[in-house]
Amino acid sequence: MAVTLKPQTALAVQTDPMVPLPYQVQRVRRETSDTFTLELRSLNGERFSFAPGQFNMLYLFGVGEVPISISGDPAHPEILVHTVRAVGTVTKAICKLKRGDILGVRGPFGSSWPVEETRGNDLIIVAGGVGLAPLRPAIYHVLNHRGEYGRVALLYGARTPNDMLYKKELTEWRGRFDIQVEVTVDAARPDEWRGNVGVVTTLIPRAQFDPYHVTALVCGPEIMMRFTILELHKRDLRDDHIYISMERNMKCAVGFCGHCQYGPNFMCKDGPVFRFDRVKELFGKREI
Amino acid sequence: MDTLERLLSEHPFFKGLDPRYIRLIAECARDVTFKAGEFIFREGDPSSHFWLIRSGKISLEVFAPGRGPIMIETLGEGDVMGWSWAVPPYRKQYDARALELTRALEFDAMCIRGKCDEEPKLGYELFKRFAQIIGQRLQATRLRLIDIYGSHA
Amino acid sequence: MIGERVCLERQDFQVLLDVLRQQGYQTVGPTVRDGAIVYDQIASVADLPIGWTDEQDAGRYRLKSRKDQALFGYVVGPHSWKRFLHPPVLTLWKAKRNGKNFEIVQNSDAPPRYAFVGVRSCELHAIFIQDRVFTKGKFTDPHYQARRRNIFIVAVNCVQAGGTCFCVSMKTGPKVTAGFDLALTEILDGQRHYFVVEVGTEQGASVLQEIPTKPAQPSDLEIGEERVQRAAQQMGRQLDTTHIKELLYRNLENPRWDEVATRCLTCTNCTMVCPTCFCTTVEDVTDLTGTEAERVRKWDSCFTMDFSYVHGGSVRASAKSRYRQWLTHKLASWIDQFGTSGCVGCGRCITWCPVGIDITEEVRAIRESEPSRA
Repeated sequence: MAVTLKPQTALAVQTDPMVPLPYQVQRVRRETSDTFTLELRSLNGERFSFAPGQFNMLYLFGVGEVPISISGDPAHPEILVHTVRAVGTVTKAICKLKRGDILGVRGPFGSSWPVEETRGNDLIIVAGGVGLAPLRPAIYHVLNHRGEYGRVALLYGARTPNDMLYKKELTEWRGRFDIQVEVTVDAARPDEWRGNVGVVTTLIPRAQFDPYHVTALVCGPEIMMRFTILELHKRDLRDDHIYISMERNMKCAVGFCGHCQYGPNFMCKDGPVFRFDRVKELFGKREI
Repeated sequence: MDTLERLLSEHPFFKGLDPRYIRLIAECARDVTFKAGEFIFREGDPSSHFWLIRSGKISLEVFAPGRGPIMIETLGEGDVMGWSWAVPPYRKQYDARALELTRALEFDAMCIRGKCDEEPKLGYELFKRFAQIIGQRLQATRLRLIDIYGSHA
Repeated sequence: MIGERVCLERQDFQVLLDVLRQQGYQTVGPTVRDGAIVYDQIASVADLPIGWTDEQDAGRYRLKSRKDQALFGYVVGPHSWKRFLHPPVLTLWKAKRNGKNFEIVQNSDAPPRYAFVGVRSCELHAIFIQDRVFTKGKFTDPHYQARRRNIFIVAVNCVQAGGTCFCVSMKTGPKVTAGFDLALTEILDGQRHYFVVEVGTEQGASVLQEIPTKPAQPSDLEIGEERVQRAAQQMGRQLDTTHIKELLYRNLENPRWDEVATRCLTCTNCTMVCPTCFCTTVEDVTDLTGTEAERVRKWDSCFTMDFSYVHGGSVRASAKSRYRQWLTHKLASWIDQFGTSGCVGCGRCITWCPVGIDITEEVRAIRESEPSRA
């Protein structure tokens, strides 16, 4: 049940997909108390081509390796961008890296958001928490090719104003006249936040789109995606017009280790982006 | 049909409601405006009204000593504010404050309850709609209870 | 010539091993160790389990003396050939720290050229299945491919079935039909002990040229066929595979999973002995000075908690979900992933389960829980 999308292959040809290549940290930006964005550049001078939604395996010498989605602009392959949340041993160590430090990169792996296939459609992009990171390349792509899409709505929910990623860009995008940006937080103090308070699903009734010519791109915690899909159904979206990005234990990223299986799917090859109708029978089932 | 009745019949909340009932509830409604920063009600107030928000933004807040006010929900265009008028003890449970200039249709709860007693079918139709609102608020509360964006480490 | 069949006398069997070794192969075959028949390097016929057989049932494996001196008079043991093609522990690469940078040194040791002696039909099918996993997808595992490319396969037709075998149900045996260089049928007939040898490849033919053989008589072939037929009729177990994928997909919430979970110890034995289970994990280790690191790949099992770990916890925390994952993967989602079943009916998972859980019985229980569809 592979997703029909064919991820682009890297220009940087790797003979062995299991061996990481060295990248150097150019810049580290703190997004929230535990989340950092790293800009990397290849030590071998390769440009890193990828499709929005794909992920890399990031290796820290002797510490270990983790799957992290790519969050940069696909039109700028000279710089590789990852947003990492410090939750485990490896991610905590990655978040402590400084300019000039080296880490290993394998990728890009996995399926991608259908940004080519959906040209001419309206788009509703729903992100929760750090789920905005894998969607950002798709947003960049759409804004870079704005004329090719219909109405575009970006709905983003975070826990508190301090937990929001990419605040500066969100503000910029909000200021554009050609994209509807709605942001909400679960709770806030009136002196720190002037925006919406409420769960991200409450934004869906406000999005403007044509339900027959719209594609939804959804990424966030699984529970958030489940409720988002319920709301999208209320607005007459069909399952085959909804795409979600999922998370499992990707280890080898090339379909050999078996860890990231989700029913018949290997998250690393067939996912992480799935057209919803292709996983709906499994989605929400316990312990699949 | 006067302006008020048309506003009501076009609102999604009253979608499908018999025009006769629209007329009845219109008798309980009036157009109101709240200035930015104005409190619409306070926690513990008698729950004597509910509102259909036409424009603007209102925040529901609780005040915690030492933490200050915490916004728990913002409501805007098209949203319904207030369901505590429908169930005892008819008391407001949060503070409501306009964040910006807000226009709304305000319904007198005594008046609506009276109409519902006279016309139980209208009462049923209204309660079905408020049950949805209560359900949505409950779902949103549960989603936050799970702390879906937490690190769970 | 391919397809040709000849007779090899027992007393000349050593020559086969010698020729393979002369041609640079490392000969690997069955041998008795620690009370079981395992696969290891063999140099002489004496290393083979001469006169031994195995008695198998759910959760039970015993070696027993045979009344004859058969070389291949057993069925299958706890080992499978995957331990040579897909080693249990493998260093993928090493890295050396170099200031802030590091340098990757790929593991480029040429793997041995193996000659597998005594490969059963179910095991050949297991190799074909792992071929699909490691070499037929979007990516190719270079380590598997390097080992697989050079092997020489001496297959053996089963002339008796084990107590937990069900290859007939899985259409993977007992007769070897393809993918071998040479295929043997062992015949003990009165005083004569010999092998009918079928040639599968040119390489097989060239090895056979070096060995004294006689043309096979029609009666030899007949006896061989009859023995294999007998094995087919002796199958210890059966598994009905009719629409099995759909059956398992629609029974993800069947209460039978709860029942089997009360017995399953999640010990991982079934996955370790399975000839097709391919899952691995990697360990990144460094030396004490922190200047050298390596990534080691090890067999892993979907029965461990770690297997499905995402930050915060395991996706499959219950024993029930892990057993369900294993069985539905093996018999259902494998078909979607690789176009074949992941089960070859060798019965190892039944034999080596410490509590005797029987995959055929579990599928039957699920099937029978659907009376309306029966």
